[in-house]
Amino acid sequence: MGILEARGITKRFGGLTAVNELSFAVDKGEIFGIIGPNGSGKTTVFNMISRFFPITAGEIYFNDRRIDALPAHEICKIGIGRTFQVVKPLRRMTVQENVMAGAFLRTRNISKARRKAKEIINFCNLDDYRSRAAMGLPIPLRKRLEIARALATEPVLLLLDETCAGLNPKESEAAIDLIRRIRDTGVTIIIIEHIMKVMMGISDRILAINFGKEIAMGKPQEVANHPEVIKAYLGEAYA
Amino acid sequence: MLNKNTLMTIVFALVAVALPVIIKAPYQQHILILVIIWATIGTAWNLLSGYAGQVSFGHAAFFGVGAYSAGLLTLHYGLSPWWGLALGPVMAMLIALPIGAIAFRLRGPYFALATLALGEIFRLMFLNMTGFTNGAKGILIMPAITSKIAYYYIGLGILAATLLVTYLIVHSKIGYYLVSIREDQDAATSLGIPTTFYKNLALLPSALFTGLAGAFYMNYVTFIDPDIVFNLTDISIMVILVVMLGGVATTWGPTIGAALYIIMGELFRTTLGSANVLVFGVLVCLIIMFLPNGIAGELDIIKRITQRKKAGLSGGV
Repeated sequence: MGILEARGITKRFGGLTAVNELSFAVDKGEIFGIIGPNGSGKTTVFNMISRFFPITAGEIYFNDRRIDALPAHEICKIGIGRTFQVVKPLRRMTVQENVMAGAFLRTRNISKARRKAKEIINFCNLDDYRSRAAMGLPIPLRKRLEIARALATEPVLLLLDETCAGLNPKESEAAIDLIRRIRDTGVTIIIIEHIMKVMMGISDRILAINFGKEIAMGKPQEVANHPEVIKAYLGEAYA
Repeated sequence: MLNKNTLMTIVFALVAVALPVIIKAPYQQHILILVIIWATIGTAWNLLSGYAGQVSFGHAAFFGVGAYSAGLLTLHYGLSPWWGLALGPVMAMLIALPIGAIAFRLRGPYFALATLALGEIFRLMFLNMTGFTNGAKGILIMPAITSKIAYYYIGLGILAATLLVTYLIVHSKIGYYLVSIREDQDAATSLGIPTTFYKNLALLPSALFTGLAGAFYMNYVTFIDPDIVFNLTDISIMVILVVMLGGVATTWGPTIGAALYIIMGELFRTTLGSANVLVFGVLVCLIIMFLPNGIAGELDIIKRITQRKKAGLSGGV
């Protein structure tokens, strides 16, 4: 039994079925990738796990506890952190204050939160920007700030939504390095990514979805060579 | 930094305590008391709307309920209106709970519109429940105290309590959470912040102190009617202008804004006659254009810029 298990989860927006009876289990300590073409339902899966909207059908278990009826803010409390594909920095707060806002989940003491934030800012190599307002940061740093803020809540499972999108190769290498280091601290990671190179490099297992349904699942190489995946990404002719 | 702030606070406090001794004319003292009332409402509004970002266009509801709590105690039960200082804040908080339950379902402009409607609902209710509230005839009470100095110091105590409680809230974990909710509610939720709960934590003290200011107003002015204390422009919108002028989400902004607003308002009224509203309007436009963060807000930014320069230099070396 994995740390997170989804059983037949379905999300319908009116007539559109964004995620359709999807099941998967994530093992403790792994980096679990989810890939799929645009609009295939990847982010919807994250929003279902983090309870940003109610799921239509199915069940989600975290450490054997059913979590699909918890309020959204409880999800973070039980140890599931997330980042957003379109970054949501607390714009007029500094980097330090952003991370502190996350750290306050586990403490009410300001100096403790500040210490924790300092640690995490250091871990994420954001020291030089600590007193900068989040709104003034360029995209790569904002993406890193998203991760830092989520880390401050001390997650057991971290959901990363397109952390490398829009980054140049050097920046995305730094991001991959950070993700690996997070995994090495014992945090399980589910990552959504478009860039296949990134996914192939860091994922232990990959789930490929299209139109909200699983099309392939397994080791990165197997998934990348799976005819359904090639068809979904490149079209019939290449399959 | 801390020392400078403490020093500023002490200087402010000393000046505030000494003012009525220096300024003896009743008219000027009256202006000072109005400044205190507005500073209190402004500081209370600032907690909910400035820090937590839930812009309320309906604070007249809390102010009016506070004022009527004091007035109705006298009207119906013959009690001293000073009991209103105890009942007013409680009643304001009691009506804040359902208002929050309704309005916090909405975000941004929709929240503002809902509060605007709720404020008006209270005005119309108090106008029309003539048996209970005296309707448009209003409530007139006989003041027990006539010395302006006494009112000044009572008001000052209320303002000091409002400033202190707001300061403590803002500089705690709650304050960080409120600002997080203002900056991005979804991000706040993703950090495990129960947003509705914390919005209520901002709303309740905000209503409490606005209600307290209302009850104090009844005692001081001795006459209220629904069109005065539930007034949309003269209370709900005015408090927004006061805080915008002084500085949204700053400790001293509402007080500075109240002082400038009331004093300028009186100056324009006495010198410009009925053109004062026009001049006021132009002034508000100018402030929004050139001091979008208010007076205290711009001071903070100037301070931050100079600090950053210093930090940048030492970092470069």
